[in-house]
Amino acid sequence: MKLKGWKELTPGAVILEAGNAVEFKTGSWRAFKPIWKQENCIQCLFCWLYCPDMAVKVKDGKRADFDYDYCKGCGICALECPGKKGEKAIVMVEEGK
Amino acid sequence: MSKVVAATGNEAVANALRQVNPDVCAAYPITPQTDMMQRFSSYVSDGQVKTELILVESEHSAMSACIGASAAGGRVATATCGPGLALMWEMLFVASGTRLPIVMPVVNRALSAPLNIHGDHSDAMGARDSGWIHLWSENAQEAYDNTIQAFRIAEHMDIRLPVMVCLDGFIISHSIERMEYLEDDEVKKFVGEYKPLNPLLDLEHPKSMGPLILPDLYHEFKRAQHEVMTKVKDVVLNVAEEFEILSGRRYGLFEAYRLDDAEIALVILNSAAGTSKDVVDEFRKGGIKAGLLKPRLFRPFPYEEVAQALKHLKAICVLDRADSFGGYGPLFMEISSALYPLKERPIMINKIYGLGGRDFLPQHAEQVLSELAEITKTGKFKIIKEYIGVRE
Repeated sequence: MKLKGWKELTPGAVILEAGNAVEFKTGSWRAFKPIWKQENCIQCLFCWLYCPDMAVKVKDGKRADFDYDYCKGCGICALECPGKKGEKAIVMVEEGK
Repeated sequence: MSKVVAATGNEAVANALRQVNPDVCAAYPITPQTDMMQRFSSYVSDGQVKTELILVESEHSAMSACIGASAAGGRVATATCGPGLALMWEMLFVASGTRLPIVMPVVNRALSAPLNIHGDHSDAMGARDSGWIHLWSENAQEAYDNTIQAFRIAEHMDIRLPVMVCLDGFIISHSIERMEYLEDDEVKKFVGEYKPLNPLLDLEHPKSMGPLILPDLYHEFKRAQHEVMTKVKDVVLNVAEEFEILSGRRYGLFEAYRLDDAEIALVILNSAAGTSKDVVDEFRKGGIKAGLLKPRLFRPFPYEEVAQALKHLKAICVLDRADSFGGYGPLFMEISSALYPLKERPIMINKIYGLGGRDFLPQHAEQVLSELAEITKTGKFKIIKEYIGVRE
């Protein structure tokens, strides 16, 4: 991306394009990655509800996979996941392993 | 049509704010500004203005609320002084960096410690680098006129920067003078209808303000802010020209008093310039070519114009009502910077006077002018920076 010169900036650093956070892919911050194990998922959608970003995708009312472009690996989803019969549907694994 | 009145500086500025009728005012009381905003709050209570008055718990909050209201798209004013301005410090930079045209009279007061409520310029000089435009006022009339002009300067579409209007605490804020008010409709017409730039309340165009800007862009934003400051001088002069047509009172970037053929001169801000002009007249009667320069626009500082006005002098004394401890007085530093590019410069000395409201008397101006006259004879000075009116 070409960075703007000082003559091209909006006065007072106002961002005129609403919703441009989508352009900033924060998934690269992640140190731990959540893995969804569909076989243990009861479709409670707690993960979707608790995700502080919008990194849990839902399709046709059902849990879909993570959007790793924006998941920062905070682990809240894994913590809140009730799982099935004592087995979590979301587990955190270290990135790069 | 103007109306001749007897008014204090606070009363005059409160009346200017009433005539401008801002959308929002968030203020916190602090001596000697209290009486100004108390008067203004009476206008609000009596329905003489439509201003939304927000009573806050501190000056930091006052400026924060002003920033929010200005970002939302309103015409915004507040006022403060001394320690109140110091408490606003962080938010001053947010206001200017976000390019919000807030107008703020500053009733100059000393900073603690020791605690002191009286007039000196330590407060505004502390906010020198905050990105605000500074207008300074000798008396109630100038404070009133500058306040009205400040709205036009701040809100100019090429500028969009906050403006502070400085007037001396107690000496001007609480002393009654003869002055002239413009008619309400004249002021209303002069400042015009407020035109917001990228307001948050324009719901058709959602936007985000106050973003985090990292090293990849921050430097560029500050460069852009500097560029805006380079355009301020022309706007100040154009607004002054229009104001002269309306009021008959002429304003520039500074006042040059009997300076054209002067050999020695004082450079001095605000109320003490009035006292000094009388003394300059006395010296002129005695055959000594004395003059005076009183800055009005302090930020951005008109270096080239000031240099042109002072270059022919033999000796100058810059008088500061604030000290930069371990440095020269803040005004002296500006004048030195202005004159440095000249091949031949006047001899310059710096006197610190009137801190914490200590009276600046005609004898002080006499003492300094006599010293300058002596310097022109010998070509020598004893010390650059010195306190005057101080007990040994």
